[in-house]
Parts: sequence; structure tokens; C-alpha cells
Amino acid sequence: MSVAEDKAERVEGWNRPPVIEPEGEGELLEVAMGPHHPSTHGVFRMDVALDGERVVRLKPVFGYLHRNHEKIAEGASYLASMPYTDRLDYFCSLTNNWAYALAVEKLVGQAVPERAEYIRVILAELTRVQNHASSIGFLIQEMGASGTPLMYAFKEREKILDLFESLTGSRMMCNYMRFGGCRVDVSGPWLDATRKVVAGLPAFVDEFEALLSTNEILMARCQGMGILPPELAVNAGVSGPMLRAAGVNYDIRKVDRYGIYDRFQFRVPLGDHGDIYDRYMVRILEMRESIKILEQALPTIPTGPIMDAKAKIRGFRPKPGEAYGRIEAPKGELGFYLISDGGPNPYRYRVRPPSLINLTILEDMCLGHNVADVVLIFGSVDIVLGEVDR
Amino acid sequence: MLGDGILKGMAETARNFFGSYVSKERLTTVEYPEQRIPTAENARVFPFLVYDGTDWEAGMRCVACQICEKECPPKCIYIDKSTDKKPDYVGKPQFYPARFDIDISVCMSCQICVEVCPFEAIKMDTQFELATDDRFGGLLYDRKELSRSNEYYHAIHPTEAAEVDARLAEEKAKVEAKAKAAAEAAAAKAAAAATQPAAPAKADSSGLAATAPEAASLTDATKPAGGGS
Ligand code: SF4
Ligand code: SF4
Repeated sequence: MSVAEDKAERVEGWNRPPVIEPEGEGELLEVAMGPHHPSTHGVFRMDVALDGERVVRLKPVFGYLHRNHEKIAEGASYLASMPYTDRLDYFCSLTNNWAYALAVEKLVGQAVPERAEYIRVILAELTRVQNHASSIGFLIQEMGASGTPLMYAFKEREKILDLFESLTGSRMMCNYMRFGGCRVDVSGPWLDATRKVVAGLPAFVDEFEALLSTNEILMARCQGMGILPPELAVNAGVSGPMLRAAGVNYDIRKVDRYGIYDRFQFRVPLGDHGDIYDRYMVRILEMRESIKILEQALPTIPTGPIMDAKAKIRGFRPKPGEAYGRIEAPKGELGFYLISDGGPNPYRYRVRPPSLINLTILEDMCLGHNVADVVLIFGSVDIVLGEVDR
Repeated sequence: MLGDGILKGMAETARNFFGSYVSKERLTTVEYPEQRIPTAENARVFPFLVYDGTDWEAGMRCVACQICEKECPPKCIYIDKSTDKKPDYVGKPQFYPARFDIDISVCMSCQICVEVCPFEAIKMDTQFELATDDRFGGLLYDRKELSRSNEYYHAIHPTEAAEVDARLAEEKAKVEAKAKAAAEAAAAKAAAAATQPAAPAKADSSGLAATAPEAASLTDATKPAGGGS
């Protein structure tokens, strides 16, 4: 055993950065970025080993925000887990609700009325628009444009959150969907307000693009940076805009056609290079496609009940069995895996979070880049720590 | 030309900057403590207990059935059932909560207690400025601090409260009609049996027996069918 190896073994313990003795001259600088770094969107640590400015090793450290979500859900009734799902990815509580409701509906074979399906699509696409807008805002924020694009995104997000609040009672913790439908019905005035907001969205995306898309600084810093090859993306299980920016045509709305997505015309934007700029562009184009879906869904929403007549809320005991329900959440494939043993709580409750799995390839994207670009590459993954650590 | 994109972006910012002077649409923020945006009608913060009439203790709708305590996801409701009974809004004797505490430092404003309550007794408040420097006692609300009048409920959630009132009035009318029918039947029976000396006492007890199953059916009827209210 060489001296260097011996030393590495002695020092590298639980949660300690790896000690690396470089070949040749000089020493590597080990930096712990986070858990309280302003760029990490919460509590997340990257142990980076730097050779000068260049990253030679990066170790992500997860778990600072672990809240025992899965274990709590295994001790709670099926309904009681619904508000907890809001707290996973707190930017997109409605899509989290949908994924969980879908898993439970699969488990018990519960049908969903037409009107409820339309409401779910409308809410999910609004969620996608606001998530992508703010994720781009954060990305530019990390580039150093402090505030301006983020505030533009938040201005639009605010309108969408107002819609959520007037429908569900809460801006972010919506707790809206139920097994077999939705909690409250949408009213005529709410639909009118939504139409008004949706009518304003294309202008917002145009404005956002005029502000950013051709900006030379953004292009210089994003193009060719943090490249994710499609093979690696597929092998690592990456999903969502990250995967599509790498050029892989995989959108669960098209693949699974869950809900009523087969009734709407929309395209799946794909990237060519898998760099940060492609991820930015895919998100912009996905917003445009979401607006298209909204424009199709809003005029055709049927009347009828919003809860299936057979749906049960209290005393809910599914037959023994298992189910995996997944949707295309704004950040990627969000799935819930449930096993029932016939009791009132799930025997096993597992979340497949897109944020965590998209983050696992961070080192591969960062190697060889400058430390300033690590922040940017990290920002382009679009994560929410509530979902990474659960 | 290099710099085109930056200039284009700057033009956009300038348009928004000057636009905010002329167009209200572009000016989206308010000066919070002085200016306020009205809360949405069905906004929810923390639960409160509804009482009818003027006396919070006598008019409290909650019957201490403890369903909400069981269903609350973080288990932040603590209820002790009373040992005696008091009349509810239709006059039927019911238990009431001797203790009803909600720890709002744990409550996550999920509204599940409201959804599962069969007696329309617990509703969501819209008051959000609840900061206190006492993090234990100040955030554990007892039943007195939690109770709000039905008028207050009407003031914050007018549509929902009107629906609830209509439903309760309908049930009350139903119960009264049934009680009246039962009383008439009992009276007829009493008249028929008037020849026997022990009849009045007998008729009385049969009248009571007739109201008991109705009371049971009332609890069934008030349970929302799908649970979504
Ligand atoms: S709102 Fe939710 S967390 Fe709060 S008391 Fe009701 S059920 Fe419990
Ligand atoms: S469910 Fe309603 S009636 Fe029953 S204890 Fe809770 S608040 Fe009271």
C-alpha cells in the first residue's frame, strides 16, 4: 500500500471529502460547496476537488433535508399522505398530487370522471409553465444576472399561483387531488380567469426569449457546457427536460398516455447537444407546448361530476397488491410505488423522484470545467431539495 | 453583430421599467403592511371551530366524535370527550369536547380535518398574521381560542358558509318533520290507548324510542357521500 492510499483510507470516513494526492506537482484544493451555499437551492453539499480552477472530482452529499416521507407514509392512511406529497417538490405540488393519486387509482382500479381529468391536465400544464419559467430564472440568477429574469418569471408565476390559490385554497401546498377525482370543482369565473392568464402566456414567453435567448453572455456560458451524452443519460435513468435536451425522445405523456393526454396535439422538443443551452431551450419550447395543450383543454372542458361515485375517502383499504403510477412531472419522471397488504396504510410506499436521479450524473457533467461553471451546471439540472432528500 | 442579444434584452427591460409607470399590469408588487391584497375566498390557513348563536360554549357544533383527530396527518389535534351531553343545533343531546387543542406549530393547513368532519364543525380560517414570541403555549390553541361564530365563517367564506347553512337547515327541517310525525303517531297511539291507565307513560317511552333511530340516521346523512366538500 502506498503512502497516499494509506492516508486516504485513514482520513476518508463518513461524510468526509476524499483526500486526493495528485500526481506531479502541487496539491489539490478541496472545497465543500454547501450545504449552506446560496447556489444550492437549499441544503446540499458538493465536495469538490480542484486543480487550480478545474474540477477533478465532485462528490454530491445528499440527505440534509431528509424528512422520513416514505416511512411516515407507511404509518399513515392513504389520504393522509396526499398533503405530504405537496412537500416533495414544492414548486409543483399539483403534479405530485397527480402522480400519487394515479398510483392509488391503479392500485384499486378507480376510474376518474372526464371533467376531473381535464382539470388535472389544465393544472399540470400550468404547473409546468411556472416551474420551467422559474427554473430558467434561477439558472440565469446563478449566472450572475441577479434578479431581473427571475423576477420576470415570478411575475408570471404569481398569476398562476393566484389561480391555484383561488381554486385549492393554497398557493403552493395545494392538496387538491383525491383518489377518483378532485376536491373542489372549478367555477365559471375561475375558468375565465384561467383563459385570461393563458392568453397572456405566449406574450410572456416571447418577452422572456427576447430578454435571454440571444444574449451573448448566456450563449457564451451555456453552449458546450455540462454536456450530457445520451447514452449516459439513458443509463443513469435521467428523465424530463434533461433527457430530452440530450436528444432522447422520451416523454411519459406520449409514452404512457396517462390521463387524457392522447386527446391533445403537442410536440416533444428535443435537444441536439445536451448542453446547458439545450436544456434552457427545451424548457422554453416545452412552455410553448404546454400553452398549446392549455389552449386545447380549456374550451373543451366537459360538465359533469368531479368525483367518481364509487370513490372512497375514509376507511380506504385497497386489496393486497402493488402498483406503480408515474407521470411526466415538470422535472422528469415522478413515480409512486405502492404495495398494499389490505390494511389502511400502504405496506410499502416509495417515491421515484426525478430531482435525485437527475442529480446523480452531476460529477460526469462537471469534470474538467471551472468551479464557476459547476454552479451553472448544477442549476441547469433543475432540482428541488425537498424532492431530492424527501 | 456581437452585443445584439444584450441590447435586445435591455430594450425589453427598459420597456418594462417605463411600462410600470403607465400600466398597472406591469406593477405587480404591493407595499405589504400598508397595502394588502385581499385573500382568495377559499384561502386556508389554520382550522377553527364554528359555533352557532352567541355563546361559544353552548353553540359549539363539534360533538367530539374524534374523526378529525384520527385523520389529521401530523396528528396535531387533541380531543377529550366530555362525560355529560349538551343539546346540538337540532336539540339532540350530544357529547362535546371537554378539551379541543390544535397545535398550530405542527398543523400543515391541509384541510383534511374539514373534509372528514361530518358535523360541519371545523373550518379553515384565513387569518395568517399569528406570530408570537411564545412558541409552546402561544401556538397551542385551546377550544376557546379556536371557536369562531358562524357569522365570522360567513364573513370569510360566504359561498361555502351559505351552502353549509342550507344543508344544515334542510337536515334540521327533516329531523323536525320526523319528530313531529313521530309525536303525532305517539299522540294517536296514546289516544287509542287512553282507556288504559298506564298508557301515557308507555306512549312517552315509545316516542323516545322512535327518535333514537332517527338520530342515528342523521349522523349517516351528514356524512358527505364522496368526502369531497
Ligand atoms: S389542517 Fe390538516 S394538519 Fe391542520 S389540524 Fe386539520 S387535518 Fe390536522
Ligand atoms: S370531526 Fe368534527 S365533530 Fe368530530 S371531533 Fe372533529 S371537529 Fe368535532
